[in-house]
Amino acid sequence: MLTISQELVDKIIAHARADHPDEACGVIAGRGGVPERFVPMENAERSPTFYRFDSMEQLRVWREMDDRDEEPVVIYHSHTATEAYPSRTDISYASEPDAHYVLVSTRDEQDVEFRSFRIVDGVVSEEEVRFIP
Amino acid sequence: MAIEVRIPTILRNYTGGAKAVSAEGATLDELISNLESAHPGIKERLVDQGNLRRFVNVYLNDEDVRFLGGLGTPVSDGDTVTVLPAVAGG
Repeated sequence: MLTISQELVDKIIAHARADHPDEACGVIAGRGGVPERFVPMENAERSPTFYRFDSMEQLRVWREMDDRDEEPVVIYHSHTATEAYPSRTDISYASEPDAHYVLVSTRDEQDVEFRSFRIVDGVVSEEEVRFIP
Repeated sequence: MAIEVRIPTILRNYTGGAKAVSAEGATLDELISNLESAHPGIKERLVDQGNLRRFVNVYLNDEDVRFLGGLGTPVSDGDTVTVLPAVAGG
């Protein structure tokens, strides 16, 4: 289960809306599995169907997390025309077995889908999301 | 002195859980071969058909080796090599 504050959820959704129709991506860093620090990342692909963290930005952010004893608790990205479910490429490149992979879909202008998954060794399992005020 | 190689979570099963290991070589290619001899199986996760895998980022100190010389990048004692799987998807 992912437990996350409504404030962080709102930030993820705002980022996804802002970058629509391209995919948005980023990290929520934290300690002990608790998502705390919002880190929006550049989508180096600037694409409506693909995302990739910029490699230099990723190095900087990963080092920063290391220095602060944080881990990438949440790795999020948006789908802009399809449902908030990991695609085949999402599954094949998933490389943080301890992270919650959050997917947001911005295909509907009014409504937003926000879902969370674990992706370990190519196996996807959806998990419950608990929003805290 | 040797070269420190920082290993991401997903590859630590090859290093007995170690976050960083040391290795030797004059180029990144040699370093990875040296790494392979101590941690069999790790090379295949980094290199495919003589090139760095597309979705693995390798940094020499503060630079992405793709912008240096790829596997041919010279490395020397005291350098730090960091491996990070790219965060990507569709």
